[in-house]
Amino acid sequence: MGISVNDNCIGCSLCVRVCPFGAIVIEEEKAIIADNCTLCGSCESVCKFKAITIERNEMTAKDLNEYKGVWVFAEQREGKLQEVSLELLGEGKKLAAELGVELSAVIFGDNVSQAAKELVEYGAQNVYMAENPQLKNFAVESYTDVMSDLIKKFKPEIVLAGATSVGRAFIPRVAIRVKTGLTADCTELAIDEKKRLLLQTRPAFGGNIMATIICPNHRPQMATIRHKVFKKATKDSAHQGKIVSFTPNITSNLVTVKEVVYEMQNKINISEADIIVSGGRGIGKPEGFTLLEQLAKVLNGAIGASRATVDAGWIPAYHQVGQTGKTVCPKLYIACGISGAIQHLAGMQSSDIIIAINKDPGAPIFNVATFGIVGDLYEIIPAMLKELNK
Amino acid sequence: MDIIVCIKQVPDTSDVKINPETNTLMREGVPSITNPFDENAIEAALHLKEKVGGNVTVVSMGPPQVESALRDAIALGVDNTVLISDRAFAGADTWATSYTLAKGIETLGKYDLIIFGKQAIDGDTAQVGPGVAEFLNIPVVTYVRKIVEVKDNIITVERMFEDGYEVIDIKLPCAITVLKEINTVRMPSLKGKMKAKTAVIDKLSAQDINADLSLCGLNGSPTQVVKIFTPPPKGKREMLCGEISETVSCLCQKLKDLKAI
Repeated sequence: MGISVNDNCIGCSLCVRVCPFGAIVIEEEKAIIADNCTLCGSCESVCKFKAITIERNEMTAKDLNEYKGVWVFAEQREGKLQEVSLELLGEGKKLAAELGVELSAVIFGDNVSQAAKELVEYGAQNVYMAENPQLKNFAVESYTDVMSDLIKKFKPEIVLAGATSVGRAFIPRVAIRVKTGLTADCTELAIDEKKRLLLQTRPAFGGNIMATIICPNHRPQMATIRHKVFKKATKDSAHQGKIVSFTPNITSNLVTVKEVVYEMQNKINISEADIIVSGGRGIGKPEGFTLLEQLAKVLNGAIGASRATVDAGWIPAYHQVGQTGKTVCPKLYIACGISGAIQHLAGMQSSDIIIAINKDPGAPIFNVATFGIVGDLYEIIPAMLKELNK
Repeated sequence: MDIIVCIKQVPDTSDVKINPETNTLMREGVPSITNPFDENAIEAALHLKEKVGGNVTVVSMGPPQVESALRDAIALGVDNTVLISDRAFAGADTWATSYTLAKGIETLGKYDLIIFGKQAIDGDTAQVGPGVAEFLNIPVVTYVRKIVEVKDNIITVERMFEDGYEVIDIKLPCAITVLKEINTVRMPSLKGKMKAKTAVIDKLSAQDINADLSLCGLNGSPTQVVKIFTPPPKGKREMLCGEISETVSCLCQKLKDLKAI
């Protein structure tokens, strides 16, 4: 193991107190590291006597300096840019400005030049556009090949992608191939200006704990980012940028997409919705969702659901919010008849405003609510509809 | 068909909190469980074996106590279990974990399909499945909600995305990660439980899997956790009570003031 305690240790137990894993004990005035140490480094930085060292293989500064610029992977479906990509351009612009480097976007697909032009309007200074009929449908292998080649060639220092079903599937494979770190599903980014490091903050343990993660000795620093945590970039049709177009060779034929079925046609995708009206077991019957849909329609929102209602077959799984379903971060989340199991809270507690409507005043959902109403949703929602339709 | 399932033992996350006085994770008394999504992966493997025949091996990387999770898998009816365990693996992030699991799987030899749960509930990264596939140089499809069929060295699956699904043919050998809704997990049989008690769990060390130590554990991990903290508390909660129409109009006014609607 790469951790050692030297003779400078006086047994002050500072490290014992900061160890997140309870892996240090003091015996005979010296810190002893136990087997469950994960080498997280908390103790190393807190020790006043430089008594704890963790050996790491360092990449040289020269290698790191070859990497410049912030990249955003711009995800498109049927030529349409995904909202999260535009949010990342907004945040990417800030990070690039702090670092004094350029912001670039990367887009893959078939006939996506219109979307590439849009990326320039949303602030990308360079757009790397890979077009090939075989990139029309997403496949982990082809996307990984193209992305990894681009990274090796142009050497960006930061690569961001949406934490979507696409980003979370192929970006991990890219990170392995280019041998760098990747932080999943971040909700906050910042720059440590002194070290030029990306500070990547994300929830862990079902949202009970936040962790800040760095990637000090490898480049690029890569992260997938949750929907809706950053403000969308503003569109400026006068903004100028360079589009670098190329046609990659795609040899992989191990995966064939035979059919693509959109089951949620004409419905708002809950990941991208600003307002979500969500139903739980407390709605009592599948028809309850009809009432929630009326409210969602008035508010131009989407329909969410708890696991219990999906398991009962009241509503398709696309609507499910929580650890088993989707993680959402809307401006407004209206929880109707949802008790608030920890797994559900993990999927929605970062929403800006949460309204909880529940008959049970002791329901845990009220602990995360901005506004709570104890009562019957079949009385409260019709009253809301009436009020909003005034 | 030779099927490998990768599982992780995790703390039951609903109980993990930070002690506000010491700012450390309170793990004492938190029970360890098999990651729930991995139970669906085991079920998918057993189900497939029952349909097309073959062999199911469950693999896990972790400290010695992970043995109990592997015994639970035996009770469900899997054929073999392997624990990849070594102090050199401590401090592994998803990069080093993927490398280690891949080396372990290579050591086991032939396989047709590797199944993972969609993510582990402690880290929620969903990165190890695709990572292992990259090291083994095999295709991977994530978020599988249904295995349609296996025929002529091709597995057909349904992959879920945000607002629909794709029907995908993948050439074997390959890896998939599965969602909760792919199946309902079976209960262990009495016979299975008896077998689990006495079963021998195979163990592989870093040397056994011929691992490059510079790519394992902390040395092989590009990422570092620098800080953990409790999420900042939300603004104060406001309970609205009184006559319904008044309560509701008050709520709507507040939402308008906050520009939420």
